[in-house]
Amino acid sequence: MSTVKVTGKKNRQSTRKLTVNILVHLFLAVLAVIWLLPIFWIVLTSFRAEPGAYTNTFLPQGYTLNNYVKLLTDRNVLNFPKMFGNTLIIAICCCIFSTFFVLSVAYSLSRMRFAFRKPYMNLAMILGLFPGFMTMVAQYFILKAMGLTEGSAIRFGLIIVYSACTGLGFQIAKGYFDTIPRSIDEAAIIDGATQWQVFTRITMPLAKPIVIYTVMTSFIAPWVDFIFAKVICRANADQFTVAIGLWNMLQKEYIYQWYTCFAAGAVLISIPIAALFLYMQRFYVEGMGGAVKG
Amino acid sequence: MENRQINVRNAIRYGDLYTKLSAVVMGLGMIVRKQIVKGIAILLCEIAFLFYMINTGIASLSLMPSLGDRVQEKVWNEAKQIYEYTAGDNSQQILLAGVVTLFVIAAIITLWILQMRHAYKLQKMSEEGKHIPSMKEDIRALFDKNLHITLMSLPCLGILIFNIVPLVYMISMAFTTYSKEGEHLVLFDWDGLNQFGRVLNMNGNIGRQFWHVLGWTVVWAIFATFLNYILGMILAMIINRKDTKGKAFWRFCFVLSIAVPQFVTLMIMNIMLQPSGAVNVLLKNLGWISSPLPFWTNATWARITIIVINLWVGIPYTMLQVTGILQNIPAELYEAAKMDGAGPVKIFFRITLPYMLFVTTPYLIASFVGNINNFNVIYLLSGGGPTYVGDTAGQTDLLVTWLYKLTIDQQYYNLGAVIGIMTFVILTVITLITYRNSSSYKNEEAFM
Repeated sequence: MSTVKVTGKKNRQSTRKLTVNILVHLFLAVLAVIWLLPIFWIVLTSFRAEPGAYTNTFLPQGYTLNNYVKLLTDRNVLNFPKMFGNTLIIAICCCIFSTFFVLSVAYSLSRMRFAFRKPYMNLAMILGLFPGFMTMVAQYFILKAMGLTEGSAIRFGLIIVYSACTGLGFQIAKGYFDTIPRSIDEAAIIDGATQWQVFTRITMPLAKPIVIYTVMTSFIAPWVDFIFAKVICRANADQFTVAIGLWNMLQKEYIYQWYTCFAAGAVLISIPIAALFLYMQRFYVEGMGGAVKG
Repeated sequence: MENRQINVRNAIRYGDLYTKLSAVVMGLGMIVRKQIVKGIAILLCEIAFLFYMINTGIASLSLMPSLGDRVQEKVWNEAKQIYEYTAGDNSQQILLAGVVTLFVIAAIITLWILQMRHAYKLQKMSEEGKHIPSMKEDIRALFDKNLHITLMSLPCLGILIFNIVPLVYMISMAFTTYSKEGEHLVLFDWDGLNQFGRVLNMNGNIGRQFWHVLGWTVVWAIFATFLNYILGMILAMIINRKDTKGKAFWRFCFVLSIAVPQFVTLMIMNIMLQPSGAVNVLLKNLGWISSPLPFWTNATWARITIIVINLWVGIPYTMLQVTGILQNIPAELYEAAKMDGAGPVKIFFRITLPYMLFVTTPYLIASFVGNINNFNVIYLLSGGGPTYVGDTAGQTDLLVTWLYKLTIDQQYYNLGAVIGIMTFVILTVITLITYRNSSSYKNEEAFM
């Protein structure tokens, strides 16, 4: 009698567990569909044969590759390949400067002790509280005074704008450096290494995840920003970056002709960026773990 | 020999002739003590500064009080038979030049203080018969114990020129009449605190909009921060449950949505939710609705839509960020709670949430600040709309998007600057109260 009762209870428990599990997986599946639907839809739209932004059906009626062909070959109205080239150059330069800036500042704040250290960290926090766009107009005027807002000089202007202030975004990298035991540095210094050698030969290799993370985030930034680029490029169409180009495709004058091309462009840009992001997310998680700890 | 502190006052009072002369001829104290290159470099800085001041600096400072008042005029040139324009003043350039000059002066004063101290230090060292570092040794120190100077000078210079100077410049605009109103785009004057008065005055048109926008900004930031935080945490917990199969797959699904650049997904959402967009078409085809849902055209709908879409954007981020931290929660806590018969809801609110709040306070503050300044979501989704006639701010505008509209689109630069300052003040108050009390700030070095 008592054994029957126990197995009955067990059975009931496992049935309950099974129901919960099924419900949880169903729930996750529904959520996943919601989360992936817009992405799925944009991929479909990029292959859509009918032009225009709005159609009467949710799914396309016909499929074509022409949107991609037009995007990559039509150089008269919105020159996508040129924009791609511009953004690539800016992203590479920006990546070099920003990585150097972020890692230098983070290392100094994490490992060195100097009078300006605490004030710098407080200053960075205070500056972070101002809305980013407050400086934008003034930055434009400063670049204009330097002659960096006309013609191909715009490129330098954008590189400067994207990388100049990256020294303020040291928190994640510093958090990671903080987790590397200082005893390693001390041992190296006793062995006669200079701080520079510790930085380049010991900390950098140990902090490889955060180096990769920094390189990637600074490489991605110019691809996804359109506000600063828009303000600094103004009407210089041959200096546009990809983001402004895509944004323009959705404006009134272009949207009918270019909407499906926008979808194609969005897919083309998203694939490499998504790949980079998926690759670096674990570094992000590790970095966050370091930065939040304590 | 008394051990006097090395500071400027002592340098002037007790310094020898060269140290004292350094106050006028900068770098002299170094040149006579065999640090020739350094001394000459500082001297050159001083000469460059004097040149700058004589050429442009003094002129731009003298224009600062009036900000210029010569109007550009058209003059008939008899000889060339054309109209010529006389150069008028441009207040915006005058203000910028003035701000830059003030920074140059501040820089030279800093340099002066540093070199006075250094000259005095060198004097003392030579009096005490200590070895004075040579050029070579100085450079070597820059890669060793002074590495932070080498590493941080360029980043700091970048921040100074492209963050601090622009900020001071923008802040100074708040006290002027620089605006489209009354045609003050070329020539404008100092205006004291008038614009602040306008923004804070609830009865005026601008003031009414300001308080309205501020209210929505705070509501938005609270919803966006805490809903994302709690729901993201719950999602992470569901995925990390012992019995959930295919953890990596589920995580991938959600991470994929944030891997796609945010501006792309937001623009897609905007298009999808238009009156004739994909969502309305889908619902219509299914026969669930007869007229399109007013996602962006009705203020309440637009606000709710934005908050919901922001969940779509933000939950995967939170999930990524908290996954690692959730696993750090000591298992004994959970076991003890289970023993006491607590259900999953009770465990979440009594154990998980308090623990996470304790550990992630800085992250929460950062995301609250980020949401108050969340430009992309609002600008790309609703563009701040719907906007009532006669208003510059739409019903879903945050302070930042309003700031953007006021400056870039409408050229009310002074009002924009005031809004920026107000945003800063609000954020400072919130951050100071919470951040300074958080354990991670107090014990920054605890785990080193």
